[in-house]
Amino acid sequence: MSGNDGRTPSDKKWKYIGTRPIRHDGLDKVTGRAQFGADYALPGMLWGKVLRSPHAHARIRKIDVTAALALDGVKAVITGRDFPNVASEAAEGGEGAGDMADLAMNVIARDKALYHGHAVAAVAATTARIAEEACKRIAVDYEVLKPVLSLDEALAKDAPILHENARATGHEPLPKGPSNVASRREMGRGDVAKGFADADVVVEREFRTPMVHQGYIEPHAVLARTGQDGRAVVWCCTQGAFQVRAYSAKVLGVSTDMIKVIPTEIGGGFGGKTTIYGEPLAILLSRKAGRPVKLVMSREEVFRASGPTSGTHVRVKLGATRDGKLTAGEAVLVYEAGAFKGSPVTAAMMTVFAPYKLANVRIEGWDVVVNKPKVTAYRAPGAPMAALAVETVLDELAEQLGLDPIDLRLENAVHEGVQATYGPKYRAIGFVETLRAAKSHPHYKAPLGPNQGRGVACGFWFNAGMSSSANVSINEDGSAVVVTGNPDIGGSRASMALMAAEELGIPVESVRPVVADTEAIGYTDVTGGSRVTFATGMAVIEAARDVVRQLRARAAQIWSVELDAVGWEDGRAVLLAEEKNGHEPLSLAQLAAKAANTGGPIVGRAALTARGAGPGFATHLCDVEVDRETGAVKVLRYTAVQDAGKAIHPSYVEGQYQGGVAQGIGWALNEEYIFDKSGVMENAGFLDYRMPVASDLPMIDTVIVEVPNPMHPHGVRGVGETPIVPPLAAVTNAVQRAARVKLAELPISPPRLLEAIDRSA
Amino acid sequence: MKIHVHTRVNGEATEFLCTPERSLLEILRDELQLTGTKEGCATGDCGACSVMLDGRLVCACLVLAPEVEGRAIETIEGVAKGDQIHVLQKKFLEHAALQCGICTPGFIIAAKALLERNPDPSEEETRYWLAGNLCRCTGYDKIIHAVLDAAADLRGGAR
Amino acid sequence: MARVFFSSGLRRQVGGAESLELEANDVRELLAALDAKFPGFAAQIGEANAIAIDGEIIPHGEALFERLRPESEIHFLPKIGGG
Repeated sequence: MSGNDGRTPSDKKWKYIGTRPIRHDGLDKVTGRAQFGADYALPGMLWGKVLRSPHAHARIRKIDVTAALALDGVKAVITGRDFPNVASEAAEGGEGAGDMADLAMNVIARDKALYHGHAVAAVAATTARIAEEACKRIAVDYEVLKPVLSLDEALAKDAPILHENARATGHEPLPKGPSNVASRREMGRGDVAKGFADADVVVEREFRTPMVHQGYIEPHAVLARTGQDGRAVVWCCTQGAFQVRAYSAKVLGVSTDMIKVIPTEIGGGFGGKTTIYGEPLAILLSRKAGRPVKLVMSREEVFRASGPTSGTHVRVKLGATRDGKLTAGEAVLVYEAGAFKGSPVTAAMMTVFAPYKLANVRIEGWDVVVNKPKVTAYRAPGAPMAALAVETVLDELAEQLGLDPIDLRLENAVHEGVQATYGPKYRAIGFVETLRAAKSHPHYKAPLGPNQGRGVACGFWFNAGMSSSANVSINEDGSAVVVTGNPDIGGSRASMALMAAEELGIPVESVRPVVADTEAIGYTDVTGGSRVTFATGMAVIEAARDVVRQLRARAAQIWSVELDAVGWEDGRAVLLAEEKNGHEPLSLAQLAAKAANTGGPIVGRAALTARGAGPGFATHLCDVEVDRETGAVKVLRYTAVQDAGKAIHPSYVEGQYQGGVAQGIGWALNEEYIFDKSGVMENAGFLDYRMPVASDLPMIDTVIVEVPNPMHPHGVRGVGETPIVPPLAAVTNAVQRAARVKLAELPISPPRLLEAIDRSA
Repeated sequence: MKIHVHTRVNGEATEFLCTPERSLLEILRDELQLTGTKEGCATGDCGACSVMLDGRLVCACLVLAPEVEGRAIETIEGVAKGDQIHVLQKKFLEHAALQCGICTPGFIIAAKALLERNPDPSEEETRYWLAGNLCRCTGYDKIIHAVLDAAADLRGGAR
Repeated sequence: MARVFFSSGLRRQVGGAESLELEANDVRELLAALDAKFPGFAAQIGEANAIAIDGEIIPHGEALFERLRPESEIHFLPKIGGG
């Protein structure tokens, strides 16, 4: 199942991996040729538009589409009635806590609109303007209900209930009868009461964090064409073509072979494009209209009606002895799920204390529904908010105990063999190495001026394995094509080519990496979960090794020797040791030229469920300067240290660290969904949903630590998600030290910081 | 009632029909099939639709299509000359200054506009000039390095 | 004998035990053994979870056929998703 052949990655010398070739899709992307989701068009294409609920919470009594259908140019109109009822079942493969029935109801409302922006109907027309006009002519009779817009409101006695028939699940005690609690879970071990009693210092803090968006620059876009036989072809920007196919099939009530999904280039996802929104709508519209339908979200729709991440209320308590040994930890994590159950609170529960040795822990997690868009994965889902609470408590413990913040963490850092707070024992991990690297980095000793402060914070993410398929075929001229099913969000094509080049022994420029659709490659899970370089890489390596075996067999045939007499070195078949009967080595190109005569085309394959994903740990340093008059915070310097196991293409590993940091800084300082009293998002645009711009940030220094993951042939650990986990706390710790204040809410926008400064005066 | 607009795009005489309220961005992408210029927000806040209009850096989503009558537009498709890519495009590739690549056309147009005005920008000047271009993937670090490196190359008379 | 560890949320299902030793060749057998000892355990666990075997976290469906070593350590974990 796994591609591991038992070699220890750390003692190998690599020829191609670890270098920085130009990415294969790069020229197309810098010249504007690369085609993203909204860049496709077909003859006869219609434009789709979605009618969305103007109410955050309402019963849908009646929808009348006759006036819309009568409009010249309108070719199809659909509502929830046109979709089958979908049974509740786990949404597999999207690697999240997701329920298909909920997903279907989120794609288009049935009897209730559950958030402002919830899709209620959709239209296909000959122009976008006509489609918009048609939407205005759809008459919806709503019974407006009181919305629930915060955790406190959701949990209040007599709160309006979103799902009257749902009951809380999980671990007792649970509310009986209808409530907005989707689930409550507990995990833990040991005796926390005794642990806190044994502590010399106990610190408890709580934080509120807002709903925030992944902020990908490319809005969701889909082009669907249905053939005479009802089979649909779909072009869409997605992190997972196979998920789009599976989920759309379920929502539409068809078999998966009725839908082919071609993943386009994708303009960012960060987890937000691991699910579906407009795809089933476009498919059904194209079926009804008999013409292709293109459906693209506006930026406003992306904010209002895609999948941001949870607003939260998190509380963490840690106890420590005088010399800095942690004795007990307690966390209560309450997360917004949005309109349907399923926030990332369970991941938060597992990551909250994961970097630290704690024999006594008690962790409680609540998943709560509110009348806001259904939350979706956002880069290490659930973890940044939990890390915010833990890492600020650790900072306070360090101050109270008079200990260096990194030393306090080193004292308690997990390493191989330690039992994680979420259960199993860690295998080889590099947390301590990141702490040491941060401590010895020049940043850590750089002097600070007035109103400046330095924050330290650490983070952890599991990283996923899951399923990937890969084909490697050899062209007649000895070049290779590597086919996988993972959309290239951050340079993964280059890494696939590098790993194949390493195994085949040919230059990476001779390897052509291709991202295939659902009919051209075997099942493959999403680009996400920090899994592509690890799991799809493993599949590519195994497929390349399959090719090498075949090439050796061809050489053996040509030389009339046994297979095990033939080795593969530097891209050539060689006779091993004593067998050198004067046969010169045969290059891959030479063997490729003879392929048809020696048995046929040379194609290697692999399809696996990857095991042994190695967790990724990080330690971040952040320096800020605060302006006590305006409350503005300037990030002066940032260093991100993270264990990558083995960086296949170091530039793109650095890029992941830098990108996650930038998102985390935005989350800490500026980003938040602002809702009015009726549940309408007031800042649904990039002007007022303020993400970091180039002038907000300094250069982001990165240090790649490499503690190889023994379960991957090249030692790879996933790197994409861990970078966003520490920054919320790193920035908060820095601001707290710079301004000598205690904060309790994100974002640390100027008004909030000024208020905290005034309070402490 | 459609308006017949005559303009120049990337040096070529171009004409199209449009209703008055359509934006240049919509025309470029949907009528002229020049999809290199991207829509990120349609409200002029993200810079993904950056183009040059008579030598001035603008957001195509904020320009009404009829406004380009008789004027000259440069888009990302016109930056490379045949198979000669611009130094900025080369540096973006070398520095890995793109991850998903959706913001890249806008950044290259904007950076080119900067270097045409100021061949020796400081890091701070570069960051402020590019503050109108959003990137969510890179944190801007490698983009700034690429632009500063391209500027150095151009000053040094490199290819 | 595989050793199964129960986090606090699950302990109620297994009479308060922090860990138990059970005979099982694979995870399927293990779940059957637990369900036999504590009726309703399998239903409570459901399928939306992950199982850690000797430190390796595996989603429920994938884990069923995993063979267990004599001293395997097993933990039941919530299913989590990446982004």
